[in-house]
Amino acid sequence: MKTSLKWIKDLVPELDVTPQEFMDAMTLSGSKVEFYECMDADLDKIVVGQIKEIAPHPDADKLVVCQVDIGGEVTQIVTGAKNVFEGAKIPVVLDGGRVAGGHDGSKTPGGIKIKKGKLRGVESNGMMCSIEELGSTHDMFPEAPVDGIYIFPEDTQVGANAVEVLGLDDTVFEYEITSNRVDCFAVLGLAREAAATFEKEFVPPVVTKTGNDEDVNDYIKVSVEATDLCPRYTARVVKNIKIAPSPEWMQRRLRAQGIRPINNLVDITNYVMEEYGQPMHAYDLDTIEGKEIVVRRGKADETFVTLDGQERKVDESVLMICDGKKAVGLAGIMGGENSMITDNVTTVLFEAACFDGTNIRLSSKKVGLRTDASGKFEKGLDPNNAMEAMNRACQLIVELGCGEVVGGAIDIYPEKKEGRRLPFEPEKYNHMLGTDIPKEDMLTYFARLDLGYDKETNEIVIPSWRQDLESYADLAEEVARFFGYDKIPTSLPCGESTTGCLSYKLKIEKIARTVAQFCGFSQGMTYSFESPKVFDKLLLDENDPLRQAVVISNPLGEDFSIMRTLPLDGMLTSLATNANRRNKNVRLFEMGNIYLPKQVPVTELPEERMQLTMGMYGEGDFFTMKGTIEEILSQVGMDHKVSYDPNAGKNFLHPGRQANVVYDGVVIGYLGEVHPRVTANYDMKERVFIGVLDMPEIVERATFDKKYEGVAKFPAATRDISMVVPRDVLVGQIEEVFDTKGGAYLESYELFDIYEGNQITGGFKSVAYSLTFRAKDKNLEEDDITTAMNRILKALDQMGIQLRK
Amino acid sequence: MRDKLQEITKKAMEQIEAAQEMTALNDVRVAILGKKGELTAVLKSMKDVKPEERPMVGQLVNEARNAIEEKLNEAKTKLEEADMKMRLKSEVIDVTLPAKKAKIGHSHPNVSVLEEVENIFIGMGYEVVEGPEVEYDYYNFEALNIPENHPAKDEQDTFYINKNILLRTQTSPVQVRVMEKGKLPIRMIAPGRVFRSDEVDATHSPSFHQIEGMVIDKNITFADLKGTLQEFVKQLFGPETKVKFRPHHFPFTEPSAEVDVSCFKCGGKGCRFCKGEGWIEILGCGMVHPKVLKMRGIDPDEYQGFAFGVGLERIALLKYEIDDMRLLYENDDRFLKQF
Repeated sequence: MKTSLKWIKDLVPELDVTPQEFMDAMTLSGSKVEFYECMDADLDKIVVGQIKEIAPHPDADKLVVCQVDIGGEVTQIVTGAKNVFEGAKIPVVLDGGRVAGGHDGSKTPGGIKIKKGKLRGVESNGMMCSIEELGSTHDMFPEAPVDGIYIFPEDTQVGANAVEVLGLDDTVFEYEITSNRVDCFAVLGLAREAAATFEKEFVPPVVTKTGNDEDVNDYIKVSVEATDLCPRYTARVVKNIKIAPSPEWMQRRLRAQGIRPINNLVDITNYVMEEYGQPMHAYDLDTIEGKEIVVRRGKADETFVTLDGQERKVDESVLMICDGKKAVGLAGIMGGENSMITDNVTTVLFEAACFDGTNIRLSSKKVGLRTDASGKFEKGLDPNNAMEAMNRACQLIVELGCGEVVGGAIDIYPEKKEGRRLPFEPEKYNHMLGTDIPKEDMLTYFARLDLGYDKETNEIVIPSWRQDLESYADLAEEVARFFGYDKIPTSLPCGESTTGCLSYKLKIEKIARTVAQFCGFSQGMTYSFESPKVFDKLLLDENDPLRQAVVISNPLGEDFSIMRTLPLDGMLTSLATNANRRNKNVRLFEMGNIYLPKQVPVTELPEERMQLTMGMYGEGDFFTMKGTIEEILSQVGMDHKVSYDPNAGKNFLHPGRQANVVYDGVVIGYLGEVHPRVTANYDMKERVFIGVLDMPEIVERATFDKKYEGVAKFPAATRDISMVVPRDVLVGQIEEVFDTKGGAYLESYELFDIYEGNQITGGFKSVAYSLTFRAKDKNLEEDDITTAMNRILKALDQMGIQLRK
Repeated sequence: MRDKLQEITKKAMEQIEAAQEMTALNDVRVAILGKKGELTAVLKSMKDVKPEERPMVGQLVNEARNAIEEKLNEAKTKLEEADMKMRLKSEVIDVTLPAKKAKIGHSHPNVSVLEEVENIFIGMGYEVVEGPEVEYDYYNFEALNIPENHPAKDEQDTFYINKNILLRTQTSPVQVRVMEKGKLPIRMIAPGRVFRSDEVDATHSPSFHQIEGMVIDKNITFADLKGTLQEFVKQLFGPETKVKFRPHHFPFTEPSAEVDVSCFKCGGKGCRFCKGEGWIEILGCGMVHPKVLKMRGIDPDEYQGFAFGVGLERIALLKYEIDDMRLLYENDDRFLKQF
């Protein structure tokens, strides 16, 4: 929403503020001004001049030398413009003045300074200006030549300030109006706010009665069939239309609002839409068949040609304005080509209606056409405004001599919308705000906003245009706005104290993130949605349950269309980005959810499982990843033995280099080298390792319940064993033997050598462990150790493992 | 006897003086004081001394022994010091050689800011909680006083799964879920991912993060909201930061406000960073709408509360002067290494 400062000042005559003061105060009272533009900021020393004489330039064919009367003084100006003539009144920027930009429409911040000088040896004391050089456009000044100097009307006073004559001495404010303040999408609404903000009187226009002795009912009959979608429909008729340009004052205001002046009739409807926020439509009454308007729902598969010449498809949900035979308008959106105003129009039917906002919004979407009018209607207009706006338009018709208004008005308004009444509860407002504002002050604020006070019932009477005021909280806000948000004191909540903390889940996740980081992994973030093509890229089986994803019904595109069911795509994409940019030794991790549907199609919320996903290439290998996983588990108190099951069954991992991470018999994650075919799918040549921890399993098993076990007092004894092991036996299996057969005294074991090669028989490998025995309560006897060792060796023997000779 | 002792002592002293290495010193010790040493031999010959002279001779022997031992220790210390000096000299390193680092990873700008925000609110007694990212339409809209067909539903460009399920457009539904649990008072913040159907560009992302905050208790006022957020921004952006509350509209709070902070680059004078305004908008807030309380069975006449929502990326971009939001989701190592 925009307003010109001049227009506001016209409605709040006592207002005397600078643009900056206006912006700051309006913003603090709730009408946020995004920015303002002083249209004349870069215009200086520009007057209306009249060309008295034009002579050719002695040294340049394309230039002429003009003698220009700038008001009691004649000065010489050289120009290259083609459209100047003797007697023409033109804007002249004098020596030392400024223009906004070039004649091509380009603007120069701060403007361009004009100095007198010589053009090809001939003195020139200023410059004649095009409308573009004055910072505006041909669009806003349709009478301006497309390429040439702006020419004023003949009756313009020579020597006058050209900026004022053009109405460019104004400031335009651009507001961000919130959706609840429908009334502020109108100049009147913002003027009322300005008056309340600056504590000045608000002087709205006085709408006078119009109309001749005739009766509008003799011209037209209106019926509303869809009353649910059209709470009010008003219509008036204007005959003997005389199309002409609208007066300069109206054109200036429209221009300042960013609206192009067209002709008196169009300009009046635009003017009233700006002023009252009420869109109007004008039909050529001669095109209305059967002297009748019917407001009804569209029909299935009905088509309609709007006045922009486009054919539109409508259905039963779209409200149509029809005559006795055909549709003539898409209600609240756009009129039809068949009833549009042409230069030959003689009689006009004016419509000012109130349509259901939601319906207009949905229809506008359905039809694929959003207009200024539909933009206003969809906010939900005040029906009481319609007749006022209609009469204002008719008043302007008369004032501008645009036509003869027919007496009477059609007004179909079955259910009059009354303003709301709310109890006046000053204590409640103060309690909510934490203030101690006297109730008299509150009533003063309300009065400035035209909110009445009924002393007898102690009620606030709310006008119908303030549909947003529904409860005491809304009234508290009105009080706060005009008391000043900045004056409300600051305090901290008191009352029952609470303990601040992370939830347990977040706490565990934070530890995991920290450890990953300390193991060299940097934290990344990727999107939660991805393409279904990811499943093929990751070589998932056709019937892999992970292919069942939560599907977004209106995605930004296929690439963002499903919620990820596994966290690898983002990670691999990020690693590939790094590899592609030749970053070396990259380690990333992400803590993010996967989304597993409980059923397909989805009828309840999917399961969101937090995954810690780590990925790396460059330095490090499978066992680096394994080490990181074990560090994390250890830091969250998961100090039982972690085992690794190589039969993880992950298609996207190297078949010989993958494992599930198993803790207390439960799979809590997996790791491995990414399958070379998958890395190729991500255009990577590097070996990539990933590790994923399923955080809910971690959170469930994490524990901080630790007990000090004492430091060993008795000496340890170690036994080294060197074994010849069938190649396909995993060291994990050997360690399982140690775990199960080692007995109470086996404190720890450590792999210190593994070897395959010449000295070992084919099909075997050499594996050497150092076993440490210790008792907590005594010095170990040789027998104690031998017994344990014998149990171990026996079990190893059964696995085909021999001690190395 | 006396002469002999003097001779031994003198010889020993000379030898000690001459010794250049520990081994030489040791040899002297063994030769004089050892079991078969010369002085020991003197002691052993005491039995040949007359009984009345024994004390005197004994004393002389001890004197000689002490003198030699003292000299030995002295020489030993000297030699050790010389050794140490030699060793240290030979072990000089070039301390400017590159460090050997543990290669610790880096945080993400979002996470750094989030942790800062969490710490501030935890310090003020807030619990950090979470809610689902795929959410029921009801919690995201209706329970927040955004009824069916409310324009706000369009404005937020929602991703829908189906008619009832969507990707949450804000972290505000967590407010509802926490109120639903029925435990009062409430002091919580809820950080998390939210989704809106914006095309990816330098300032937009279809997926970003918010931090929701809410306090509900008896006698919570707008003044408390102002005080709390003022404290928050001062802790986050520095004690000099000024705060401005502007009236605004959100369906689930009333009165509502947007909060601007004085530009932390120019301090409010106006610069390129704050587009000359001196102020930067950072969050939206307000008093929890009585309708929202009522819907959760909380009596608005007894309890009041405030709520606020902060865009995490917005703060991260501002704080670290990151000029393109896409960098946050690209995970380029050279970018992450700067945090």
